[in-house]
Amino acid sequence: MMFASHSTSTAPLDVSQVMRQVLYALIPGTLLLLWFFGWGLLTNWVLAIGFGLGFEAIMLKWRQRPIQPFLLDYSVIVTAWLLAVALPAYSPWWLMAAAMLFAVVIAKHLYGGLGYNPFNPAMVGYAAMLVSYPLQMTAWPAPLDAGFGQVGFEQTMQLVFGGASPASWDGFSAATALDTVKTDLRTHKPLMDIYAKETFGWLGGRGWEWVNLAWLLGGLWLLRQRIISWHIPAAFLGSLVLIAGMFWIIDPAQYTSPLFHLFSGAAILGAFFIATDPVTASTTPRGKLIYAAGIGLFIYIIRTWGGYPDAVAFSVIIMNMVVPLIDHYTQPRVYGT
Amino acid sequence: MIKLPTFKLEPVNLSRDEFRSLSLEGLWRNNPGLVQLLGLCPLLAVTNNVVNGLGLGLATIIVLLASNVAVSAVRNFIRQEVRIPTFILIIAANVTIIDMLMKAFFHDLYNILGIFIPLIVTNCAVLGRSEAFASKHEPVRAGLDSLMMGIGFMLVLMVLGGMRELVANGTLFSQAHLMFGEAARGWVISFGKDFHGLLLAALPPGAFIGLGLLVAMKNSIDQRLRKPAPKAATVAAAPSATAGEAA
Repeated sequence: MMFASHSTSTAPLDVSQVMRQVLYALIPGTLLLLWFFGWGLLTNWVLAIGFGLGFEAIMLKWRQRPIQPFLLDYSVIVTAWLLAVALPAYSPWWLMAAAMLFAVVIAKHLYGGLGYNPFNPAMVGYAAMLVSYPLQMTAWPAPLDAGFGQVGFEQTMQLVFGGASPASWDGFSAATALDTVKTDLRTHKPLMDIYAKETFGWLGGRGWEWVNLAWLLGGLWLLRQRIISWHIPAAFLGSLVLIAGMFWIIDPAQYTSPLFHLFSGAAILGAFFIATDPVTASTTPRGKLIYAAGIGLFIYIIRTWGGYPDAVAFSVIIMNMVVPLIDHYTQPRVYGT
Repeated sequence: MIKLPTFKLEPVNLSRDEFRSLSLEGLWRNNPGLVQLLGLCPLLAVTNNVVNGLGLGLATIIVLLASNVAVSAVRNFIRQEVRIPTFILIIAANVTIIDMLMKAFFHDLYNILGIFIPLIVTNCAVLGRSEAFASKHEPVRAGLDSLMMGIGFMLVLMVLGGMRELVANGTLFSQAHLMFGEAARGWVISFGKDFHGLLLAALPPGAFIGLGLLVAMKNSIDQRLRKPAPKAATVAAAPSATAGEAA
């Protein structure tokens, strides 16, 4: 279809084949998250896909499009899956519903549906929720403290559907590593002391480094399958590491290491699964490099000096905005002209 | 010596059809908020709730009406070369009056609307009507046109304000007492304390998204109306279609 053609250089796959491969690549990371967060991830996953398919069907019917082929092209499932792992585990049902409403209805169908949306739907859903519900969107449980044995099924239902107040979260929600660095650096604590906190692991946030390695595994498999090209992940992570490295070399007591930036938060998930969305990313090879390097740059800027601990969603949306401009100036010259 | 034209009352014969078409023009077909997209600054800035929208909408209606009747009355005395500064002077005088009146009688609301009351001077919807309509028509028509444009603008302000208030706070008509006195405190419609308001709707992006949705809704209604009766629509839609594209 309209974008499979430039996501692979060999035989053109159709949308559902591409999307299925992306879903396979998401499985290892998701299984790890499931191990860490138990029921909370499962409810996220079921709710996201349920609301996603529901909104998609309603919008297709309203726009008088054939429902079945579009529902089964898996694109909405990829969006829903990304939001299911991006929103904190044990998210209340209405948060997931609102996120999917923004993603599917506003960011995708009001712009004309798959292939016409200028902004990454999942990231629009995420950013709208982060701006509107900062409390709920940053209430991540500590990995393993909220696994299957720790939080029971009934308590999960209470948290997700019972309208439990955010106060009841304090029991097991914990600041993520990026969050801790941000708030503690403001109080002028030295980085070495901050690293000693138990939320930090050997690469990034404790537990999260494994999840990020699993995303990396899935992403590399996607590269091997030629579903995505190397340009976007390489430029994305490259620019993040380069800038983080520069500041880290200048003052390692003030700025966290490039490795920490890679393996905390959503950098790797963003580089392989989010920024590579063929509809909203730049389409020319040079354009892809500029687009992805811009995302890496904005992530570092917002993480280090901005008001939010992580910034993949905002950075992707900012760069989505300039994609038409980038594409315009990076058109490859037609051979012979 | 320049010979000034003499002022005389013009005969007005406003037919029923013309009345209808002038009203429809301002309220729907050429709505300043939805079609001309004029006066976006106040439109987006103060529409946090219905009452703010109503307050600024009323102020704009009064300014529009008073200014354009005045412009229309003196239109034969104004030289072409200086007409825009003159219009602005007339509008500014009216805005100053409204500004002082609101400060005196609706002080709390005035504090909320703040700079946007004086800024009505720069509202392109007002100057636009002076230039496009009032300076070419006699006072009665100019007044009717301004009134309908003003009401159309106010309705957009109120609907957008209502949408944003509902989504962000789960209430409607909050702060009504600022305009209607203490008795209006009970008018607030609330949708429960458990309502998880979407903060985004109250922030500036919410205003842009909301206005975008309203414009889309208007266009889709127009499209639906045009389909079953193509004959009646071609006559009515011709001027608005060009205005819509220009906006």
